[in-house]
Amino acid sequence: MAEIQIKNVAKSFGSYTALHDINLTIANQEFMVLLGASGCGKTTLLRIVAGLETATTGEVWINGRRVDHLPPKDRGIAMVFQNYAVFPHLTVFENIGFGLRMQKLPNDEVKRRVERTAGLMHIEQLLKRYSGELSGGQRQRVAVARALAMEPDVILMDEPLSNLDALLRLEMRAELKGVLAESKTTAIYVTHDQVEAMSLADRISVMHQGRIVQAATPIEVYRNPATEFVAGFIGNPPMNFLPAEPKGRCLWQVAGLDLQGPDTSHPLNFAIRPEDVSPAAEGLPATARIVEPLGAHLLVTCDVGGAMFRAVLDSDLTVKPGDRLTLAPNPGRVRWFNPETTQAVA
Amino acid sequence: MNPRLLPYILILPVTLFLIVFFLYPFALVAQEAFTAGGGLSLQNFREVVGYWKFPISLRNTLLLAAAVVPVQLALALLMATMVNRMNRGRDLVLYVWTIPLGISDLAAGIIWLAIFEQSGFLNSMMGGLGLIDRPANFLSYQHPMIVFTAIALAEIWRATAIMLVILVAGIGLIPKEYYEAAEVFGASPWQRFVKITLPLLRPSLQTALILRVVLAFEIFAVVAALGGTIFPVLMGEIYAYQFDLLNGGAAAALALIVLAISIAFTLIILRVLRVPKGATI
Repeated sequence: MAEIQIKNVAKSFGSYTALHDINLTIANQEFMVLLGASGCGKTTLLRIVAGLETATTGEVWINGRRVDHLPPKDRGIAMVFQNYAVFPHLTVFENIGFGLRMQKLPNDEVKRRVERTAGLMHIEQLLKRYSGELSGGQRQRVAVARALAMEPDVILMDEPLSNLDALLRLEMRAELKGVLAESKTTAIYVTHDQVEAMSLADRISVMHQGRIVQAATPIEVYRNPATEFVAGFIGNPPMNFLPAEPKGRCLWQVAGLDLQGPDTSHPLNFAIRPEDVSPAAEGLPATARIVEPLGAHLLVTCDVGGAMFRAVLDSDLTVKPGDRLTLAPNPGRVRWFNPETTQAVA
Repeated sequence: MNPRLLPYILILPVTLFLIVFFLYPFALVAQEAFTAGGGLSLQNFREVVGYWKFPISLRNTLLLAAAVVPVQLALALLMATMVNRMNRGRDLVLYVWTIPLGISDLAAGIIWLAIFEQSGFLNSMMGGLGLIDRPANFLSYQHPMIVFTAIALAEIWRATAIMLVILVAGIGLIPKEYYEAAEVFGASPWQRFVKITLPLLRPSLQTALILRVVLAFEIFAVVAALGGTIFPVLMGEIYAYQFDLLNGGAAAALALIVLAISIAFTLIILRVLRVPKGATI
């Protein structure tokens, strides 16, 4: 049982402000992913919650208790580090039991918990090994087991899968999701990988330049990005943007196509995801430039009104570079942004 | 050129140099030690071991090493930990702390002699404070403990920095993430030092301890300056055999005994501080 509240947290390093006035509440047992490019402040925010970094201003509450003045060990947290930080001079058993030994738990309790979490992570056969004898994936398992063995209220993870190769990352991702759901802990997970974020999160906080620009469910972040940054950052290939001209009340023209839009006077950007267009008699006039058959579908990079536009089309279509296409946007999936503020406009 | 031969060709000059100027003289010394009366014999060893000053000088040397090396180790660890925590001025502090390394051991002995001798700083200070009526002769046979302490102090002052330098480099190699992990999992600063720093520092501790212990058995000039003949040590006895008694065979035998002691301690240190396979950083 642990709810995390981050209230008005800011962090400066000298004259550089890493975090601006962060407010975030993470519900009990929620899996929250902090997503952003490197340097956006996500790791700093995680380290402030962990107690490895002190916020310049603001408060951190865990489970209704203010913890920002407490050392990490008194916050009811456990952490999985990016480079695993599996102690090289201790066996896997002693690594997993490290925190329990620090709490001076009796030997049989340490043994019971180490064996249980090692079983959960499928590393019970490695307990006598040293970290130098383990593969990257096995070290990762040890790091997660060490955190789980603490039976913490909150588990914090700093890019835990980023050092694994692609296949192993996929496997560990699914496993982590299962194990954490089972353990019923609240989790904060930092990553720059949007696929990881989408697949793991109950809620994603997208961070940009020291601010949380959107905190919502993965599908909400994907469907209704709050800013152009989120729209461009989430989704691969990213969302397409085209300038829209006002043609009258609620009527906008995009690359010669008339569309229903928001009722506003200032200029707007039209936005659509690459998979939300399809060839039709009426639509955006496009010239195919690059055609990439990806098996499941066809990725076509085209030119629409002088701007780059990507479309994900059915792989049965035959499109060659230079072909002229007419791409109709799915009306329910069209989004509008104010180009000045980059905010979404309903 | 065959690339597999290249490394051997590159180390050839050093190897030749060591063979000519180290191994060959060493063989000569060994030969001299085991030769007496024109034939192979242990006579030289019997002579030096049987001499009344041998047990005293052996005991003094070992006692001095036992008193000095642990203090140096503790100080060097403390200083290295402090330096490692510093952000600004770290290099300056390190330079200042390593100044004694640039001073020869005889000069170091003389500096401390200037403090402890009858007309030295300590006497003038205590006289000036009215603690004593007339200057005391601290470094006489009547005060063996003071002589011992003075020698130990001079050695600690002079040679702690060599351990410090090695340990600072070693601590710098330990990734910060281990300390953060230990902190998150509940280790206090002292526990982090004992459970993370010390075990991960074993390779550097080995180097530093071997170097210091071997050098401690070779202590000579500091003792000569402060203790003279009051405090005989093994190296002093070798010097006396060679240059006062002109007994090269006995000097060579005693030198080999010191070598054997050094090798024995080196092996012990390597064994005690060994890092299990797979347990390196």
